Amino acid sequence: MTRSPSLIAGAILSAFYLIVALVSFAWTPYPVEVLNIADKLSPPSEKYWLGTDHFGRDVLSMLMVGARTSIGVAVAAVGIGMGIGVPLGLAAAANRNSLFDEFIMRGNDLVFAFPSLVIAILITAVFGPSAVNAILAIGIFNIPVFARVSRGAALSLWTLDYIFSARVAGKRSFLISIEHILPNIANLLVVQGTIQFSLGILMEAGLSYVGLGTQPPTPSWGRMLAEAQTMIYLAPRLALLPGLAILTMVLGLNLLGDGLRDRFDPQIWRER
Amino acid sequence: MIRYLALRFASLCVTLLVASMVIFAIVEIIPGDPASFMLGLNAEPDTVAALKKELGLTGSALSRYVGWTTGMLAGDFGTSYTYRVPVSELVVARLSVSLPLAVYALILSTAIAFPVGLIAASRRGTATDFGIMGATQLGIALPNFWFAMLLVVVFAVGLRWFSAGGFPGWDEGVSSGIKALTLPAIALALPQASILARVMRSALLETLGKDYIRTARAKGLSRRQAIVRHALRNALIPVLTIIGLQFAFLLAGAIIIENVFFLPGLGRLIFQGITQRDLVVVESVVMLLVFAVVTVNFLVDIAYAAVDPRLRIRS
Repeated sequence: MTRSPSLIAGAILSAFYLIVALVSFAWTPYPVEVLNIADKLSPPSEKYWLGTDHFGRDVLSMLMVGARTSIGVAVAAVGIGMGIGVPLGLAAAANRNSLFDEFIMRGNDLVFAFPSLVIAILITAVFGPSAVNAILAIGIFNIPVFARVSRGAALSLWTLDYIFSARVAGKRSFLISIEHILPNIANLLVVQGTIQFSLGILMEAGLSYVGLGTQPPTPSWGRMLAEAQTMIYLAPRLALLPGLAILTMVLGLNLLGDGLRDRFDPQIWRER
Repeated sequence: MIRYLALRFASLCVTLLVASMVIFAIVEIIPGDPASFMLGLNAEPDTVAALKKELGLTGSALSRYVGWTTGMLAGDFGTSYTYRVPVSELVVARLSVSLPLAVYALILSTAIAFPVGLIAASRRGTATDFGIMGATQLGIALPNFWFAMLLVVVFAVGLRWFSAGGFPGWDEGVSSGIKALTLPAIALALPQASILARVMRSALLETLGKDYIRTARAKGLSRRQAIVRHALRNALIPVLTIIGLQFAFLLAGAIIIENVFFLPGLGRLIFQGITQRDLVVVESVVMLLVFAVVTVNFLVDIAYAAVDPRLRIRS
């Protein structure tokens, strides 16, 4: 098996942001809540590596905490999608062609029919803008994605001999789903999880940008962009840096997802 | 075929029915009392009561729901509380921005994606292919509102080719309208084009591996002829699905881009409705967008069945 460059590049980029986010819990160059108007809009220097914003806050520190915010929201949203979607998909596959299966699949179609961004905005608007509501709004749209992926993969496994043997041996379909199906679709779920993770980061950035996501004073990349927009001629780096952070993090996750998919997909192994 | 159409149509109707219930529940039932939600925390009880009466919120939830849905079926989307005009008037005015923007972005996205995907597929494994695939990865990861900001800085402020935002209205002439929509359309189209180019490439690669392409080559067609006459057509099916989905996305998903460019479109109407707590506008426009998305997907399905007989039989 050859090493895929996209897997390596993706893993490095993703690991970088993960480490930055973890480090931000223990250390940032400056506290992000502290305003230091005297040093406002300082260019990058030895004191402030990436300069300061219009309130004199250290941009590097805000980017570090922003990574934490993005990752936190996206992880929680993927967690909601997996935690609810996978059991639903597995149950639908175990009871294929039942009324339950039909109900789950039609429910999925229904959620797919909604323009996700519009509904996310609607949810955060009705329940109030906050990081938690952004997580819920993004997470709801992950549920059908994971339900569909796990149902589809599980359905093909249910036709295999070893599953049949387990059934003949008298194993309940619940146990079969957990002990035999789930480990065998885990690869797929990891790949899908990476993709939804990157979509979650984009969506969080978008919601925060229009003011419906993470609220001040917690820094988030989307809000940093919104605040920078008015000062884009005065200090373009304020608009460039958070955008580059979003771009490279999403790129890293997508490359990681692609690389993992290639590695897990036996069809591609054969081609190599 | 008729059975297939009837089934698909029935499922379309059920989807819309359930969608309307969900939207109604989110907007009118979950926040509690819509009138006090609209007026905010410090509203006087008298004002709330008056607004309730004005909005027809005095009845039960069920009767309000029935009134709302039957009204929409008859083309009555209610009256906006902040604008004091029928919502349908607002929608028509805003559609004259959103629809051309979506179509413009879709044309751009397709015009970029088709040749790019075609070149990548026909030069599979070469440096060109790697370059194109790398560029599409960047395009997919690009947050479109950030890209929009960069476009404004470069083309509106730097080069002064376009205005930084706003919309002059179609009365000012078609060309100035198109000019105002160009940067937003590019911002919307590039990420979509990246996705579409990848779909185009993989669909083409799949058909290029098929036996009938080998046969076509064996009977003497050049690679180019085989692609144009045989592969392209068959690769179009997955590409069309994505185009259908993208159109729906472009119509509904332009909210943030419309905000960046201050375009008076449907997305901005919803956004303003939300910030001004104009619930009548919000629920009707969201419903309309869901209707548009579901209908576009329905039409794409029907187009398939017309093109690909296997899909009719399977159902």
